Amino acid sequence: MVTPDDFGSLYQRWLAGIRQTTDTLEDWALVGIKRRGAVLARRLLEDLGGSAGAGGPGPAYGELDISLYRDDYHLQTGAPAVLGTEISFEVEDKSIVLVDDVLYTGRTVRAALDLILDFGRPRRIWLAVLVDRGNRELPIEANFTGEFFETARNDRVQVRLKEMGDDYDGVDLTSFVEAGA
Amino acid sequence: MSDTMKWNRKHLLGLEDLSREEIIELLDTAEGFREVSTRSVKKVPALRGRVVVNLFFEPSTRTRTSFELAGARLSADVLNFSGSSSSTSKGETLNDTALNIEAMGVDIVVVRHSCSGAAYQLSQVLECSVINAGDGAHEHPTQALLDIFTIRQHKPDLEGLKVAIVGDVSHSRVARSNIWGLQKLGAEVYAVGPSTLVPNGLSRLGVKVSHNLDEVLEEIDVFNMLRIQKERQERGLFPTIREYAKLYGLNGERMKRVKEDALVLHPGPINRGVELTPEVADGSRSVILDQVSNGLAVRMAALYLVGACGPQGGQVESQRAAGEES
Repeated sequence: MVTPDDFGSLYQRWLAGIRQTTDTLEDWALVGIKRRGAVLARRLLEDLGGSAGAGGPGPAYGELDISLYRDDYHLQTGAPAVLGTEISFEVEDKSIVLVDDVLYTGRTVRAALDLILDFGRPRRIWLAVLVDRGNRELPIEANFTGEFFETARNDRVQVRLKEMGDDYDGVDLTSFVEAGA
Repeated sequence: MSDTMKWNRKHLLGLEDLSREEIIELLDTAEGFREVSTRSVKKVPALRGRVVVNLFFEPSTRTRTSFELAGARLSADVLNFSGSSSSTSKGETLNDTALNIEAMGVDIVVVRHSCSGAAYQLSQVLECSVINAGDGAHEHPTQALLDIFTIRQHKPDLEGLKVAIVGDVSHSRVARSNIWGLQKLGAEVYAVGPSTLVPNGLSRLGVKVSHNLDEVLEEIDVFNMLRIQKERQERGLFPTIREYAKLYGLNGERMKRVKEDALVLHPGPINRGVELTPEVADGSRSVILDQVSNGLAVRMAALYLVGACGPQGGQVESQRAAGEES
């Protein structure tokens, strides 16, 4: 869907859009949703002049583990892995850019919003997603989208990132054909 | 769904039948829960709408409170049922009591009972999940897990670590669970105490038996000092509390001889001046209060993991077939 060659320009377009807004912000933070959203957030952090350590220049930084906020705990065969949330900055009155790799049903973002609000009352939250694949189940939209792709519910969209052990940066689409079709 | 746990047990009855991987998964999960207790809102919605019942047939303050708070932090409703003040004193059997409580719509029963095997028995008759909070002299898995969790914070690799369990090992469920858990993670376990409380037969569990604390003092990395029950003395298992303290208690003198980075654990409540002198209990090598706060994270992890495999969990797996990247 997005080849390693195209990935760079997709990311740059996404970054430029985010920068337009964050350049006007003072007290703001980048927050990534584990795990691939956090990997992207770390890339953005570097490109937007921040550092993951506390007290450095640029935005504050945090990572969310939404497993304890999922709405499907009772539907699972096992509990989702608990990876831990790391928010060491004061959320109260902060402007926050929430980052994830793929926006799909919107349920992950709902969980992430609830999680952030348990830490305090931010001034505002923006949502930045590299890929929007449609098929929303909740009224949630992104402020910064790298690219929109029309997909079927059964499709599987995967953002590949080298930090996650993938061989390349890219976006893969796998279509599952109905059995017998 | 690579991010889903490999854990697929409905109950947590003991460490004897858990694999090394399952124990590590529980400890790692607890690690993720520690952060929740540092937030301003110390609560996550994971077990919202679930009901946890503490079914305690033996007096307990810290274990019950710890489970109660762990359930509350996961947003479960937690009920406390104490056996002594209730129907059991009117002759109701354990099974009947538990079935009656379960009939109110309970998801997880946390049980403590003076009979070994009580938790297992309930796991056979109840539909819901059962967590063993101590059964007779058999097992007390969450206590051992929090002990191991605390050790791991200071000594991440347990392989070859020498851990001494000192005191009444014979009657101790804490000791039994620790022995299973520690050995699965590669630690070398010593059982130290008078021969009446640490019989030589314990070596069948793979532990090194010693009746002389001073002999092993210098090689031990971690001391887990079991609480001594006064009634054991009344039964003649050791002559006097004072002699026990002199032979098997940790005091300032002994601490001068132990390894520089040795840890001191105690499951509580401490008999000050018996198992530990106050200077050791409150000293720099003591991690006793860490044990208590870690206990909360470990019990949250236990509730979270078994809850997901309970009667409501795992029935509609196809519904989130493609949900991974949502």
